[in-house]
Amino acid sequence: MHVIENGNVAAALGVKLAGVQVIAAYPITPQTPLTEKLSEFIEAGEMKAEYIPVESEHSALAACIAASSTGARAFTATSANGLLYMHEQVHWAAGARLPIVMCVVNRAVGAPWNIWNDHQDSISQRDTGWIQMYACDHQQIIDSVLKAFAIAETVSIPVMVCYDGYLLSHTYMPFEVPEEKQVKRFLRPFKPHYALDPQNPANLNTVTLPDVRMDVEGEMAHGYMEFRYLLQEDLRQTLTIAQEIEDRFTQIFGRGGNALLEPHRCNDADYIVVGLGSLTYQLRDVVETLRSEGLKVGVLGIRMYRPFPDEAAVEVLRRARGVFVIEKALSYGYEGALSSDIKAALYGCRGDGADAAGGLPGDRTDVTQRGGPCVDGPFVRGLIAGIGGRDIRTADLTDTLRTAITGALDDPGWIGLKI
Amino acid sequence: MGTRDYRYKTSHSLSGPGDGGRTGSWRVQRPIIDLERCTPVKRGSEACFICWLYCPDAVISRTIPPTIDYEYCKGCAICAEECPTKAITMVDETERPEEVDTPDTCSFEGPRPCT
Repeated sequence: MHVIENGNVAAALGVKLAGVQVIAAYPITPQTPLTEKLSEFIEAGEMKAEYIPVESEHSALAACIAASSTGARAFTATSANGLLYMHEQVHWAAGARLPIVMCVVNRAVGAPWNIWNDHQDSISQRDTGWIQMYACDHQQIIDSVLKAFAIAETVSIPVMVCYDGYLLSHTYMPFEVPEEKQVKRFLRPFKPHYALDPQNPANLNTVTLPDVRMDVEGEMAHGYMEFRYLLQEDLRQTLTIAQEIEDRFTQIFGRGGNALLEPHRCNDADYIVVGLGSLTYQLRDVVETLRSEGLKVGVLGIRMYRPFPDEAAVEVLRRARGVFVIEKALSYGYEGALSSDIKAALYGCRGDGADAAGGLPGDRTDVTQRGGPCVDGPFVRGLIAGIGGRDIRTADLTDTLRTAITGALDDPGWIGLKI
Repeated sequence: MGTRDYRYKTSHSLSGPGDGGRTGSWRVQRPIIDLERCTPVKRGSEACFICWLYCPDAVISRTIPPTIDYEYCKGCAICAEECPTKAITMVDETERPEEVDTPDTCSFEGPRPCT
């Protein structure tokens, strides 16, 4: 069924279709209409779920952690300072290996107080052990919610579905709402790897010692370090599993295709612009303008930011002459986190020149293990835009990229800055 | 042998002795009971057992004489603090107190009842 709705409703429809059993959330702009819509579904009897109104975001995720520990499919959503208030439980949910799905409707964090869009909220949760997906339009929002549950429940790791506040959450767009019958084929009933059972009581995630130990059943149990190693190992494995789930989604619904990246006109591009979320679709217009001027430019949207699809990104980027990373967030005191990630991924890769010269022996993994800079690979330049909802004008993007490609860009690289 | 095949992805413990780990290794001081001062030993009857009652890890037995399970005793010294006859003293583990022979105990719940 085709509808014209806003991004928050797209997310709510996805949650409803996913058959979520427990929702706990606290209102915060611009997420509020999403959870309001869910409470309306439940009130109207269209959705059989327990809605737990809580007094804070910390409690919202705590309630989801408890629900998920009993084997229920659980969902929450938040933005900005609400997400930060949740932070301790965000780590907990990942360490506890609970497949909770949370929509993060991206918004700037205070201080100073600001309710508009940037990515500082979810980027600051980068290292919590959650999977992070970024949606670029309403179709991707609703589809990503369904994929998120499939991925989360396969790998027992929680997933954030991030989408831009206002730019997506409050704008109206046509999109396809999947048929319930198809969703049932795609998303199987949740079978937790472990669920609390009153008949067999257990303590979860109590003090776990630095070393391994013999458990009460006589098995050698993981210490803290082993549990954390497995989280990392399973996150890396998720890059493969997410693509398998994406392929299954495409077979059933006829949409999607790449779980990790969304390259646009990158094959022959001399310069590639990398970004997250709706900005990467705006950049497609910039690409057309610059290509009409003879500059071969492409855009690479990062769909899954954690785990980071380093090898897939390098495969797209390594033949380019230059890479521009445009970010709506910073690792304050250094640079945008995505810029650092892209540079790290390219470290040790082979560029086009290395290929032409016969290349380096072995695949990229070998080269990475040897270390060393990217051989004849692209330069990487980080740019900052849209902080705290500052308008990102397509003309500004075009001018900045043209200057960066054809001349020397000597400003700090903050697009639209008026200082 | 590693833990690769361990069945649980989530850290958890079942009810049972030591499923949270053998916490006796945390101890820096070891509680030692002076049986000549211990009330149930002196009276030969079910009396006092303040140490058994207060022990937060339930490692002191309700037996005559009371025994301490050093596999799990964390050495918190609450028993020594609470003992009304000062029968329990805390001794540094570095002094390696000589192992106290397990005394011949009778129990109010176990297989060898106190008469």
